[in-house]
Amino acid sequence: MGVTAGESSAQEAMLDVRVWHGAEHGEFRHYQVPRRDSQTVLDVVTYIQRHLDPALSYRFACRVGMCGSCAMTVNGVARWTCRSHVDQVTADGRLEIAPLAHLPVVRDLVTDMRPFFDKWARAKGRFQGATTRSDPVARVPPDTPERRAVDAAIECIGCGVCYAACDVVGWRPEYLGPAALNRAWTLVNDVRDVSRLERLRAVAAEGGCLSCHSHTSCSERCPKKIAPTAGISGLKRACARAALGGEL
Amino acid sequence: MTPARRDALLWLAQRWSAAVLALCLAVHLAVIIYAVRGGLTAAEILGRTRGNAPLAVFYGLFVVAVSIHAPLGLRAILSEWTLWRGRSQAWAMAALAVLLFGLGLRAVWAVVQ
Repeated sequence: MGVTAGESSAQEAMLDVRVWHGAEHGEFRHYQVPRRDSQTVLDVVTYIQRHLDPALSYRFACRVGMCGSCAMTVNGVARWTCRSHVDQVTADGRLEIAPLAHLPVVRDLVTDMRPFFDKWARAKGRFQGATTRSDPVARVPPDTPERRAVDAAIECIGCGVCYAACDVVGWRPEYLGPAALNRAWTLVNDVRDVSRLERLRAVAAEGGCLSCHSHTSCSERCPKKIAPTAGISGLKRACARAALGGEL
Repeated sequence: MTPARRDALLWLAQRWSAAVLALCLAVHLAVIIYAVRGGLTAAEILGRTRGNAPLAVFYGLFVVAVSIHAPLGLRAILSEWTLWRGRSQAWAMAALAVLLFGLGLRAVWAVVQ
């Protein structure tokens, strides 16, 4: 029988949890959290806030891997905390929970996502069509190479895990990052979009797709199993063709 | 030329020069392994290389590829690891390309003349 929240017993297994407190400067604080069956990292953070440290700041919404708001650095790896079970991320009962890397920290585990989404805008991540609501709906055959490329990349929910996992973002703060480039790739392949060249110019510029080292950390860490590295490689090829053709 | 087109063409130049370098290095290493069997002296090397036009063309290509590839790679490293960017960095990398090209061709000329 499980132990109710806030209670603990001498026999109960405990997790040794270190949680970041502060903003850019701060410290890790230690907590002892009761171990539960099927416990997620988000459950651990929630337990700390509800029972041990009400001032702890963190962000979450759906708790089921749909909203992408609860991403944090858990034992050095960026991941969704709601879909990360404790036994997947620690073998010895120790957890270190920090905010996502490469983003300004607002407080504790909350990061400021503005730089991340500003780069989506810089990469021209907004669909630009040429038709109006009065025109017929475009028919896009599902088996075309362009549509397949879009299908492989379209499920991104903007959680920032790939951005935090990317070495190049750490080295070059102006680098657009995997998520923004992945979004650009979906639009480059969208046959309805009319801003292709403008978008290629945006992603070929300094800090764009050509800065990617293909380390594939983004593809390795993406909780949606998207491979931004593949899309970025596609963008590199598209930019190279456009440059050779004199279009860029 | 737009900055985007310039960057894309420089990126292509680095990729193509890398492909040429991979081929040149493989041939270079294979020839070394073949040539040094049973020992090798400077006189033997020069005996093979002097007046050898194909060798001059091959190593000339090697030098061109190095002169393109190395400055572009160094440019990327500098941009990632230091704050040095912009025009001064571009001129310095162009100077490095000229230096590598000059020194490389001088070395090739020294063994084939």
